[in-house]
Amino acid sequence: MKTYYNPDDLKNFGKIGEFQKPLADKFFDYYGEVFAEGALTAREKSLIALAVAHTIQCPYCIDAYTTDTMEKGCDEEQMMEAVHVASAIRAGASLVHATQMMNKVKEISM
Amino acid sequence: MKSLKAQDHPLSSSETEIHYLERDMPNFSGDRFASELKKINLFPLKPTQIEVLQINLGKMCNQVCLHCHVDAGPDRKEIMLRETMQQCLEVLKNNSITSIDLTGGAPEMNPDFRWFVEAIRAIDSEVTIIVRCNLTIILANPKYYDLPLFFKKHKIEVASSLPYFTAMKTDSQRGDGVFEKSIKALKLLNEQGYGIEGTGLVLNLVYNPSGAFMPAAQAGLEAEFKKRLADKFDISFNSLFAITNLPISRFLEYLIRSGNYEGYMEKLIDSFNPTAAAGVMCRNTISVGWDGYLYDCDFNQMLELKVTSQDSQHLKDWNQQSLIKRNIIVKNHCFGCTAGAGSSCGGVTA
Ligand code: SF4
Ligand code: SF4
Repeated sequence: MKTYYNPDDLKNFGKIGEFQKPLADKFFDYYGEVFAEGALTAREKSLIALAVAHTIQCPYCIDAYTTDTMEKGCDEEQMMEAVHVASAIRAGASLVHATQMMNKVKEISM
Repeated sequence: MKSLKAQDHPLSSSETEIHYLERDMPNFSGDRFASELKKINLFPLKPTQIEVLQINLGKMCNQVCLHCHVDAGPDRKEIMLRETMQQCLEVLKNNSITSIDLTGGAPEMNPDFRWFVEAIRAIDSEVTIIVRCNLTIILANPKYYDLPLFFKKHKIEVASSLPYFTAMKTDSQRGDGVFEKSIKALKLLNEQGYGIEGTGLVLNLVYNPSGAFMPAAQAGLEAEFKKRLADKFDISFNSLFAITNLPISRFLEYLIRSGNYEGYMEKLIDSFNPTAAAGVMCRNTISVGWDGYLYDCDFNQMLELKVTSQDSQHLKDWNQQSLIKRNIIVKNHCFGCTAGAGSSCGGVTA
């Protein structure tokens, strides 16, 4: 069955340079540095990435960062909490706009 | 749960396992490990010295962990006899062994375990003795309750598996209720001074991933374990060893059954680290089987790959010269020892 997403494509991510190398090199250098141990630990960064992956709903990133967080020693509870953080921000971002709706309602109501 | 052997599972046969490990896969060949060693001039792999004697006292165990590379369990009856232990003592007397690593199964279940430890201490009061204690054995039967005291009396180092600092992850790998019992056992060890600074009584924990993924960096994980175990349970320990699961026995069965074999192997291969390859534990260890046969390591023992030195394949024929000159048998399972920061019974190697 043909699908738009193929799990095996994740392994080929590194090959995007075949069509445009300088930009790919810049991206992977940047990516590598972003995820290196810094003021945040690599583990913390991996949990953030997992949460963001759920927000942007990228199946490749979800697979990659599920494995990565586990390899960084996180457990299921921590991973699920990270996804809830992303979800709460998403829900909150919708709900906070309700204030605009409320303002408008008040503006046009008697 | 039963051992693979008791289930009569095809993978309980080492021949089937080796056949699987030697199969060519789309992305790697069956002899890939040897070719990686050739590239860095380490093939054939040779010992550097023989310092550690890792002795498997038997396959009997009170647990049946899902990942067990020994396929141990209560249904396994193979255990080392006192006569074979005597042969180990002869080797200890006549060679410069610095460390004796007692493993199993649950080594304490061997009825001659205490006799053996006392005999080792009578010969050498300084040699390091390590016991691979699964913790729950201490609470399994009143006759084991005083094990922490016995360990202390003989200055034994304790190395114990604890896959995680929560019940969910520990129990999923080692069985229901194992976490709670492990915590109780760790407290008993702490009470004797094990893992407490200044006592000289060493308690190390062993972490291995509960699934088809690599272990986290050892130092960070150790800090996390120390904090969590101290905060929540008031437990202390010395070091944490992060170990990679090798694709043999029950872990191999899991990998194949769950469709993870290829992906896991590719990951290990991609993470091949030449420094870790130079420091693999088979280069300074001889592994002794319950029946006295000699192997390069506990993994090769489970694959029934005896040392290649034909005139020194059993304790009774121990020949240091032949053993030191032998070629170590390597296959693709060895990638588990050389991935990332490396892996051995003492944790990372690179
Ligand atoms: S405690 Fe150790 S020997 Fe026993 S089943 Fe678990 S891993 Fe195997
Ligand atoms: S599996 Fe055994 S023989 Fe292979 S590298 Fe590891 S310790 Fe050496």
